[in-house]
Amino acid sequence: MIESHLSLLIVVLPLITAPLVAVFSRGRLAWALCTLVCWVVFVFAGWQLNNVLSGGVISYAMGGWAPPWGIEYRIDIANALVALIVSGIAAITLPYALHSVISEIPEKQHSLFYAAFMLCLTGLLGIALTGDIFNLFVFLEISSLSSYALISLGKKRQALTAAYQYLIMGTIGATFFLIGIGLLYAMTGTLNMADLSQRLPALFEHRTIHTAFAFIMVGFALKLALFPLHLWLPNAYTYAPTVVTVFLAATATKVAVYVMLRIIFSVFNFSMIADTPTDELLLLLCVIGILVMSIYAIYQKDSKRLLAYSSVAQIGYMMLGIAFGTMLGLTATLVHMFNHALMKGALFMAIGALVYRVGSSRLENFAGLGKQMPWTFAAIVIGGLSLIGVPGTAGFISKWYLVLAAIEKQNWFVVAVILLGSLLAVIYVWKLVEVLYFKRANEQDQSIPQAALVKEAPLMLLIPTWILVLANIYFGFSTDLTVGVAERAVDMLLPGTKE
Amino acid sequence: MESEWLIILSILLPLIASVLIVFSDKHPNLRESITLVTASLVAILVCTLAFRLQAGEIPKMELLDIAPGISLSLYIEPLGMLFALVAGTLWLVTSIYAIGYMRGHHEKNQTRFYAAFAIAISSTLAAAFAGNMFTLFLCYEILTISTYPLVTHAGTPEAKRSGRIYLGILLGTSIGFQLLAILITWSVAGTLDFTHGGILAGKLDPAYAGILYALFVFGVGKAAIMPFHKWLPAAMVAPTPVSALLHAVAVVKAGVFTILKVTIYIFGSDFILQAGASDWLIWFAAVTILLASLIAMTKDNLKARLAYSTVSQLSYIVLGALIATEISIQGASMHIAMHAFAKITLFFAAGAILVAAHKTDISQMHGLGRAMPITFTAFTVASLSIIGLPPFGGMWSKWYLAQGVVQTEQWILLAVLMISSLLNIFYLLPIAIRGFFAKPHTGEQYTEIKEAPKPMLIALSVTALASIALFFYPDPFYNLAASAAKGH
Repeated sequence: MIESHLSLLIVVLPLITAPLVAVFSRGRLAWALCTLVCWVVFVFAGWQLNNVLSGGVISYAMGGWAPPWGIEYRIDIANALVALIVSGIAAITLPYALHSVISEIPEKQHSLFYAAFMLCLTGLLGIALTGDIFNLFVFLEISSLSSYALISLGKKRQALTAAYQYLIMGTIGATFFLIGIGLLYAMTGTLNMADLSQRLPALFEHRTIHTAFAFIMVGFALKLALFPLHLWLPNAYTYAPTVVTVFLAATATKVAVYVMLRIIFSVFNFSMIADTPTDELLLLLCVIGILVMSIYAIYQKDSKRLLAYSSVAQIGYMMLGIAFGTMLGLTATLVHMFNHALMKGALFMAIGALVYRVGSSRLENFAGLGKQMPWTFAAIVIGGLSLIGVPGTAGFISKWYLVLAAIEKQNWFVVAVILLGSLLAVIYVWKLVEVLYFKRANEQDQSIPQAALVKEAPLMLLIPTWILVLANIYFGFSTDLTVGVAERAVDMLLPGTKE
Repeated sequence: MESEWLIILSILLPLIASVLIVFSDKHPNLRESITLVTASLVAILVCTLAFRLQAGEIPKMELLDIAPGISLSLYIEPLGMLFALVAGTLWLVTSIYAIGYMRGHHEKNQTRFYAAFAIAISSTLAAAFAGNMFTLFLCYEILTISTYPLVTHAGTPEAKRSGRIYLGILLGTSIGFQLLAILITWSVAGTLDFTHGGILAGKLDPAYAGILYALFVFGVGKAAIMPFHKWLPAAMVAPTPVSALLHAVAVVKAGVFTILKVTIYIFGSDFILQAGASDWLIWFAAVTILLASLIAMTKDNLKARLAYSTVSQLSYIVLGALIATEISIQGASMHIAMHAFAKITLFFAAGAILVAAHKTDISQMHGLGRAMPITFTAFTVASLSIIGLPPFGGMWSKWYLAQGVVQTEQWILLAVLMISSLLNIFYLLPIAIRGFFAKPHTGEQYTEIKEAPKPMLIALSVTALASIALFFYPDPFYNLAASAAKGH
């Protein structure tokens, strides 16, 4: 019974939870219910991935209406993996959320916060699982609207402007996407992705289809914060409550990258795209994005903003693999999607633990905290090493495949850019580590809580952080779930390339 | 016990020790006992392994397959054994020394110091026993990162600056060049296993061999070839035991060891010679040998002078690898050991002078030898070994290196080696001579200065005596180096 409706339950459970917790008056109860649901969804997502791996593509007809008339959920290995990432991060973030939310959000709004969080999760999971392009737009709006609300809950007043900025940019993106869908529908008469992929090849020479493709690409480039359309992201990540930053950084952009992947390789196909300048353009934007954003990150004085710029640069790495359009490239994209969720999740959580104790995310307030908060500090070091791509961490595996993909294409310029990007990462990660490790030169500043009084973060924050940190190490040594699954997913996205 | 277990133990024991050290933070005596016991066990383990290797046993094991091209494996071959033998035995000596030094000098954060030290040794041994290039690279990076807290131990702005240079150059070269070289190797050869005769011959276009080899040689920043040598003098801000073991033995030798491994087991010396891959790289090593010696002469700070001396001596080993003949590789491998024993003695002496007399500048050490005769005698012995005179161990490695150069008829390189030996005399011997015979500066009395604490004296005497003993009995290292060079 459960098994046959698994895909539906993954999306519907959080959706039902959202209005339920909204009426709770007590935050703790809302939290408990959400945590429970998230873990159930996580287990379901794992179950679903297992089913897909052993039994092939799952097609679930919503309400019993057969596709292409009804809405179809179509789950292959690629989106089962994305659903696992999203639900996994949610399940780990929620235990962390309890203390963090109490310290950062007024008590009245706690249950509303959890409701919005659940809606956001629904949206992201829905985007991942649906096989209907209009349904995808609907879920995109659900996740976007709820994330605007989540971001605006930030403590500082700038959170409101950040949310507003994101609202404007996000709406433009969604509108572009909708225009693209409209044009596709006008030309093909279908909204089902599998159906679209059947009909599009014959029509691809048509200018309307080109226009539709361009609208969709630009729209999603905005959502995934591809350079230079990333302007909303640093503010949003910096001023949002820590939990929201952790969750969005680890999932929202990954889901958007997945949609790119799906549109380019499933709905359209790469050989069509390769005739247009899209892949060259993507490559160019990724290269500039990686370098410029990494340099920006180096000069940031706020830890969350530093990591936010780093995220934009890392999105460049993920999109590089798509721009290559090869087996190795796509494997690198999927693997990095997974690994980057782990490393950024761990890093933002650790930063959140510091913010919990110090009350600010500015680097100058972190001086010398490494000694008082050794576990948090160690988490930042390991997460940072993973971000750099040091062997023995998950980040290394991503870099390995990405560079191999570039070498395979004989694109030495991109090889150099990837390695240079890692070196820039050394600089910004070490900037963070150094501040924590060394004491401040002048200890006179009285406005900041004295470093000596700061204690290690509570276990409720440390345990989720360390789960992700250990995952960073684990997936640096065991790649069955990452590379193994990614390779099989790519086999399906790129039929015929396998020798 | 099975040899496989001995290898695992020798790597795991220091790691376990570092955890125990952290937990015995409040009990300094217990903490130091843990270090000493572990160091003794590791020394016994590597010696046992060396005997077994001599007896013809070659343990090999695959630990973990991570992804295609990325797997962890360990095995023992003569070159790695030689390196492990040096690092493992000298750790014991250094631990004894460190206890005297850290307590005599009242250093802070000693727990962190001993813990990081143990991790560094563990990764050094793992690097020595690495069975493929990925494993070696992994250990190489762990070694870099675990030594960072040791370099910046003092926590001063200067230490912070040095830490940046240290990490910047070592991580920068390893990610920028070495990783790239490894990836290219993998995509060309389809394997990263260390194999006799190399894995690239016949697969890589000889025209590109030079570029790939250069990526490896410069990618190993730990070998301190100019222009990537600055991290080593910067690292001298660390406490002396760190400079002694890590920045004269473990870290820097891990660098030249990597280059030797790449030369012998990735490229294969035949392929290098045939492709002419090292023709122009040789001059980088030659220039480093001379320039570093010249810079060493200008340094008044004793540790800085020794650091530049190390930079110069490391390039001897690199030169031997680059010439890539059997005899030059044998000389290079032996120099790993010979230089280690001599240079660690010099650093021990420098630390003893710092603790006993609180002096760091050479110009302040006139006449100090009469107050600290044991320290200065050891210093003299080690200097002579570095210079390469009989009856000191350093003679042998230089002998074979020079032979290798003569064999290839590179007369300019021979001149470089000879001039460098002269320069060694100029920058090392005056320190000892002035220490014994010069008059102290006016107004200074050395009546109050005594020798350094006992543990330090014991350590530096042991290594100085070893430098002499290795002249008469170089066999353990000679045999290992010879069979490494032959590729057995």
